[in-house]
Amino acid sequence: MIQQAGRRFFLLCEAAFDAAFGPRINPFYHLGALSFFLFWTVVASGVYLYIFFETSIGGAYRSVEQLTHAQWYLGGVARSLHRYASDAMVIVVLLHLAREFVLDRYRGVRWYAWLTGVLLLWLLYASGIGGYWLVWDRLAQYIAIVTSEWFDALAIFGEPIARNFLNSATVNDRFFSLLSFVHLGAPLFLLLGMWIHIQRISRARTNPPRPIVIGTLLALTALALVHPALSQGPADLDTVIGTIAPDWFYLPLYPLIDLWSPRGVWWLVFGGTLLLALLPWLPRRREAPAAVVSLANCNGCGRCFADCPYSAVILQPRSDGLPFESQAAVELDLCTGCGICVGACPTATPFRRVGELIPGIDMPALTTADLRAQILAAAANLSGDGRLLVFGCHGGPDLSSYRDQGVATLTLPCVGALPPSFVDLVISRRHADGVLLAGCVAGDCYQRLGVEWTEQRIAGQRDPYLRRRVPRERLAAVWAGPAGDARLAREIAAFRERLRALGRYRPGAAVTPVSSSTHPPEADDDAYRMG
Amino acid sequence: MLKNIFRYFAQAVFYGLFVAVIGYFSSAPAYVHFPADMALIKASFSHAGQPKEECRVRTAEELAQLPPNMRVPMLCGRERSPVTFELELDGKPVYRAELPPSGLSRDGVSTVYQRFPVAAGRHHLRARLRDYSAGSRIGPPKAGPERESARGEPQGGGEHSVRVPDFNYSKEADVELAPAQVFVVEFSSRGGGFVFK
Repeated sequence: MIQQAGRRFFLLCEAAFDAAFGPRINPFYHLGALSFFLFWTVVASGVYLYIFFETSIGGAYRSVEQLTHAQWYLGGVARSLHRYASDAMVIVVLLHLAREFVLDRYRGVRWYAWLTGVLLLWLLYASGIGGYWLVWDRLAQYIAIVTSEWFDALAIFGEPIARNFLNSATVNDRFFSLLSFVHLGAPLFLLLGMWIHIQRISRARTNPPRPIVIGTLLALTALALVHPALSQGPADLDTVIGTIAPDWFYLPLYPLIDLWSPRGVWWLVFGGTLLLALLPWLPRRREAPAAVVSLANCNGCGRCFADCPYSAVILQPRSDGLPFESQAAVELDLCTGCGICVGACPTATPFRRVGELIPGIDMPALTTADLRAQILAAAANLSGDGRLLVFGCHGGPDLSSYRDQGVATLTLPCVGALPPSFVDLVISRRHADGVLLAGCVAGDCYQRLGVEWTEQRIAGQRDPYLRRRVPRERLAAVWAGPAGDARLAREIAAFRERLRALGRYRPGAAVTPVSSSTHPPEADDDAYRMG
Repeated sequence: MLKNIFRYFAQAVFYGLFVAVIGYFSSAPAYVHFPADMALIKASFSHAGQPKEECRVRTAEELAQLPPNMRVPMLCGRERSPVTFELELDGKPVYRAELPPSGLSRDGVSTVYQRFPVAAGRHHLRARLRDYSAGSRIGPPKAGPERESARGEPQGGGEHSVRVPDFNYSKEADVELAPAQVFVVEFSSRGGGFVFK
């Protein structure tokens, strides 16, 4: 229920952003990478600030004020960027978390990224809140006292740490050395955690597309100039903080510590963290059966290894005596059963005539032989002009409503699971007049890399290529995602019109070069290329 | 062309909204942490209670049972007495607690940290402390200048000492608290007892 509502919300937002940005640079599809970029922005601005920062009670506030006002054009902007990029990181990270949850990308083999991501929230908040202490203004005083009182509620310290802030006589310069260490150490651990977070996926995107980098940086710099980050007066422990202007991105729970109770807030954050951490197992998702390697048909070419989005396929030294250096093996715990490895396997070709159709790597849930049989069966029922075979995926639109006498549909775990030779089979053997691929939104493939690899294979940029003899005008792709029904219906109708105009395929007719003709002109925006 | 202009405009709008949200919520709305017409009394100290048992001399028999390198004549228990602390404001008790010694062997300090928001203005404050156990063999320390009820340094008000049989440290004072003032009630046995500041 929450997931459905959230999914609708995100689809609505993403549709609006698609219209403005296009799928290639839609920030919603790059939230993880954008978090990395914001982190580096915070680091770069922080390094500059640290050059001028004085780690003493009197010097801390004074040096930050000096930077903010006397050097507003550089130090002031750097300070504001430091704060606003940190705030932006909270928004982006929380959106990333929520989006992965509502799109069901947190269970199964993705539990690892989810769990490490949840734990990273603690480090993110520790890094940000620790930074506010260093300014040693009234907000820092508020944070210092409330934080220490909050930690004292755990009753794990020999003496209450809040005693360090009884009055102005109880704090000293060593305190600032400790704070500096915390504020340098926590982000370092955060970075380490971010690296761990992406370890179980291949080709993790840690750099957003350049237009997003430029847009985000310009927007944050404009904010820094228009609304610079300012201190809230020097800390004075001899007076109590009355009204404060907190950073609500980092301090939303602090008023609760006052209004509720410190222990209650601990229960809330521990309970919330535990609940989030356990979500992948509530309930656990059973992935499709893992890919299976047939050593007799595997020559160890490594294409499945290169294309697997989850690093589930590895190469090992040959064990069966065949004259190849290596062989593929599948890590069962990492495999989602997406089938992209099968799409990459050069032996997964329906044109094989020797023996059974068993490729070097195959999916038990939908074997290559079954796929060929299903294609032939579906195509056999097609009649009339503009016969179309539509290949969809679990992350794309529901295809069931498009079937009629001229349109047959087949749904794969991912469009990347379709070996290009099957497109060749359908068109060059005239099982249909055209093939349409209907998958996830470009740049946001549910299986991460399926759309990208498919486009590159068709464009002849990635093995296995779609053969040049396949007329590209008979092939179309619609990367519309699950909410793209209306668009898919339009594209199918328009494509069938073009196919009718083309007539039946005649082998040996003029071949269109392998280039951008894969897509109709109106779909150019969806021709996503990573990085 | 027109489509591109629309796109750039829409992107600018989205980026603008994004940073507007950041700019606003990074410092607004304001939060009232503490009412402007109130003052805050913080009572906090870290003090080790008296040992719960007096040291005694080991008998020759006991010493003989010990390894030669551990034959220390005096035997002193590690456990300390809890510290009883009481704070009265304008004649009414606002806090009373028996603070246990810290540590697995209960041989550490007893600590307290308490906050008491009070209306600004004149108040009479009395703090009392006992750092020995009523049932322990060690009684209240002998009376002396530092064991008597200590005289404080009031902020604008008078003060007077009282002898309280059950407590071996006591201090009271009239204090004038300004709005937003933090008034600290500390305790230091080396400093003579309670410190009001």
